[in-house]
Amino acid sequence: MGPTSASAVGTPRAPLSERVFAGSMRGAAGGVALILAGVLTFLAVRGGPAMFAQEGELPAHATNFLQLAGPAAFGSLWVAVIALVVASLPAIGVALAATIYAPSPKFGRFLAAVLDLLAAVPSVVFGLWGLMILAPLMVPIYGWLHRNLGWLPFFSGEPSVTGRTVLTAGLVVGVMILPIMAAMCRESFALTPPALMEAAVALGATRWEMVRYAVLPTARSGIVAGGMLALGRALGETMAVAMVLSWTPYLVSVNLVSSGNPVTIAAFIASTFPESTGSQVGALIGLGLVLFGISLLVSIAGRRIARQGVTR
Amino acid sequence: MTATVPAGTRADSSGASPVQPGAAGLAVPAQMSLADAVEMGLVAAPGSAGSAGLAGLPVAPGHISITGVSCYYGSHLAVADVSLEVPGRAVTAFIGPSGCGKSTLLRAINRMHEVIPGARSLGSIILDGVDLNGSGVDAVAVRSKVGMVFQKPNPFPAMSIKDNVLAGLIIRGARPRGSAADDLVEQCLRRAHLWDEVKDRLKKAGDSLSGGQQQRLCIARAVAVQPDVVLMDEPCSALDPISTLAIEELMRDLAQDYTVVVVTHNMAQANRISDVTAFFSLAQAGQPGRLVESGPTGDLFSAPKVAATRDYIEGRFG
Repeated sequence: MGPTSASAVGTPRAPLSERVFAGSMRGAAGGVALILAGVLTFLAVRGGPAMFAQEGELPAHATNFLQLAGPAAFGSLWVAVIALVVASLPAIGVALAATIYAPSPKFGRFLAAVLDLLAAVPSVVFGLWGLMILAPLMVPIYGWLHRNLGWLPFFSGEPSVTGRTVLTAGLVVGVMILPIMAAMCRESFALTPPALMEAAVALGATRWEMVRYAVLPTARSGIVAGGMLALGRALGETMAVAMVLSWTPYLVSVNLVSSGNPVTIAAFIASTFPESTGSQVGALIGLGLVLFGISLLVSIAGRRIARQGVTR
Repeated sequence: MTATVPAGTRADSSGASPVQPGAAGLAVPAQMSLADAVEMGLVAAPGSAGSAGLAGLPVAPGHISITGVSCYYGSHLAVADVSLEVPGRAVTAFIGPSGCGKSTLLRAINRMHEVIPGARSLGSIILDGVDLNGSGVDAVAVRSKVGMVFQKPNPFPAMSIKDNVLAGLIIRGARPRGSAADDLVEQCLRRAHLWDEVKDRLKKAGDSLSGGQQQRLCIARAVAVQPDVVLMDEPCSALDPISTLAIEELMRDLAQDYTVVVVTHNMAQANRISDVTAFFSLAQAGQPGRLVESGPTGDLFSAPKVAATRDYIEGRFG
């Protein structure tokens, strides 16, 4: 920012406003990189040693870091995958309704605005909604699932009486990532070449057949990229999960309806931090580093797929 | 597959048709093209200005009678009151300046214009005794009888060459398997004069071909669903001269089995390939397009009845 970077930019003839503009842009770009580097350094320096911490130095009476990080990493991915499964079809459906199926462009814009509003709802509100409304509603459904589909590992075990299960958390996070994914899908669908849609229609395709053979294949990379970005968002979701989920440490389970649920990294950090001290805090920061790594991988994969879609 | 357009189909439409009662008395083979009929003196002089003007012609299968067709985009009248006989198993060219409604009319024939919100058309478009524009007729079914080839080749990029040919059937959930599929693909690609060029790479993506090859692939795709009519909306305007020649040859060849209607800006092309030419024009920009004159191509180009046609053909206008 400011005069230091501006002096290195442009030819002497560049007007002052141009130099100030270019300088501040470079400053902003550098600032972002600097913040990221700072966060990474913080996580590595403060959290790194915790990865080799002994018994007694770790929260939740863990004996080593991996015992803590492994199940929590699983929990984060598990909740995120449930959310993605829950959100995918509605997101694609809403995006289709806002583009191809919209009776008028006005309706499409209205639907897009509603989705953006959904994205604007604070995480803590979703948490309250999940805790107070959705969880009690789900109790009888979980009971039914257990009685009828109990032979599946997802529905075995005694169903939760509070409804604060990993599936409820996944549903809440699913609603939260729906707008991101729908927005990405909407953009991809809107980019379908009209020539391809015409080709399908001219061959006698109905609207759905046109979507199936002209729109979805072209938008596939956009849909996948949207899913990956939504997954990244779901992985980091903290507040709503921490409020909704009733978890047990170290647990790795695919059960969706029982009271024994794994914890996510973000929710574990949020709920454990207030009563942690010294090396325990270091361990939580180490967990943060693990989550950062997972999110980074998902985000890179998403971007790579999105870019492939553009160059095709 | 054929659904609600049973159409008089090829068998029963060679005789008397309610559209042209006068045609029944003429002992002309159904397969005879218009040009042949004209040469043999069986057809009267081309129609007068603005009228459909081909009465007395034998009705070949695939004949289309367009009567009083007007097309609207919302409240905007794009094509006004066109009546025109499109002979079956022949090539009919629509020519005229930009905005004259020739493409809109072409799209009205297989009801593609309905894809645009607010677009509608009045009047009747009778193919082999069935009004394609009738209220009870399903547009989706019409399009399986009346195929279309577009200005820009548009094969499905995510499908192989083979699947592109079969696309019409795949889309409708009727994908043929095994040798039936292979036979149909070969037959359609041969029909589109493309087989020899692609027979060794049927698994390659549809957009790996050159522009001209892609356009012939689109023609193979259109004929694979066994339409009666193939509409072509400026099919050569995005192609080089060699590819254009190949498509022109193909259009002549297609007219043996299909009714071909082609919109073109290239008057030499219309003169080369078509049996009948219809000239459209508009009074001025924003005004609706109208049919000015139609008739056997040779007559229309050598002795146009209307001054506007002559001006356009001679390049003084448009």
